[in-house]
Amino acid sequence: MAMPLTALETLNREFLEIRCRILDLAAMLDRLERSNDNVADDPRVKRIHEALDVLKTTHEDRAEQVQLTFSRAYDDNWQQALKVKPR
Amino acid sequence: MDYIDPHIHMVSRITDDYETLARMGCVALSEPAFWAGFDRGTVDGFRDYFRQLTEVEPKRAAQYGIQHYCWLCINAKEAENVSLSREVIAMIPEFINKPNVLGIGEIGLNKNTRNEAIVFLEHMELAIRYEQQILIHTPHLEDKYQGTRMILDMLAGDSRIDRSRVLVDHVEEHTVRHVLEEGFWAGMTLYPVTKCTPARAADIIEMYGAERLMVNSAGDWGPSKPTAVPDFIMEMRRRKHPESLIRKIVYENPLQFFSQSQGFRFTPRDASETVASR
Repeated sequence: MAMPLTALETLNREFLEIRCRILDLAAMLDRLERSNDNVADDPRVKRIHEALDVLKTTHEDRAEQVQLTFSRAYDDNWQQALKVKPR
Repeated sequence: MDYIDPHIHMVSRITDDYETLARMGCVALSEPAFWAGFDRGTVDGFRDYFRQLTEVEPKRAAQYGIQHYCWLCINAKEAENVSLSREVIAMIPEFINKPNVLGIGEIGLNKNTRNEAIVFLEHMELAIRYEQQILIHTPHLEDKYQGTRMILDMLAGDSRIDRSRVLVDHVEEHTVRHVLEEGFWAGMTLYPVTKCTPARAADIIEMYGAERLMVNSAGDWGPSKPTAVPDFIMEMRRRKHPESLIRKIVYENPLQFFSQSQGFRFTPRDASETVASR
């Protein structure tokens, strides 16, 4: 499907929104590190950093890849593993 | 613009919400059976809930010119109780011929467990036996990808399923392609934090087109916004998409999908003609 807006129109429209969200994200990560305890080993923090790496790629499916970063893996043998009999 | 919200839980909303929806252009909605926020203990609890969906809500909606439809099931969160689930599934036929019932839903998975899969398959069997359409809930957050793939496996494993009569809901960037490629309808839920935003739903439309795709608010008792569909309409307009495309997604697609249900009788605004089931 054709995109009615040009990239420049989209950037003009969304630049401040992008800036705002990156700032929010930076502040949240700072907040995590300001506390006395340490969550660096928490698997959720690891996922966050993996997702940030995805943002720096140049592929057009970054949203999908971020979703998969935060997803449990799918095993196509799940029916045998759970002993569920297909119809 | 007139629109249809194909997934919203009005039992959890106040009457003022019906008025607001009507003011925003909502002319019809469908309400899948879902989790009440606590596990119900008896089949009679579900019987009362189904009376609310088939008798009370249509009257409340009609006061504001909104046509109310619903779907029946025991939801995935309560499916861990397999014996209660079987009692509910056995009771559903009492309501299946009520005038506003569209089919079986929202069935699905929650934590992707064995019991949830067993109850899902038994709901599928019920839908097939009574020639009902199916509306499917896919899991939240980290469970969504795995659960959606499991659901598609179960649907594809049964050749009696008519894929054009099944709506797989709550799709996002990592699941929409799988659902559409398998020939099912897909719904995008517009939630403030945990599902799609109106902007991301518009992105998905731009990437996959408008065939077999709908948007809904899934407004319920949790953080949700019953007027999310008009937010999507506004986002599409801000991107300069044509009105015809927007109308297809928020009005014509739900009509096309629902028209396959035996219980669907829809009267468009300012029209004497009724859109009935095929």
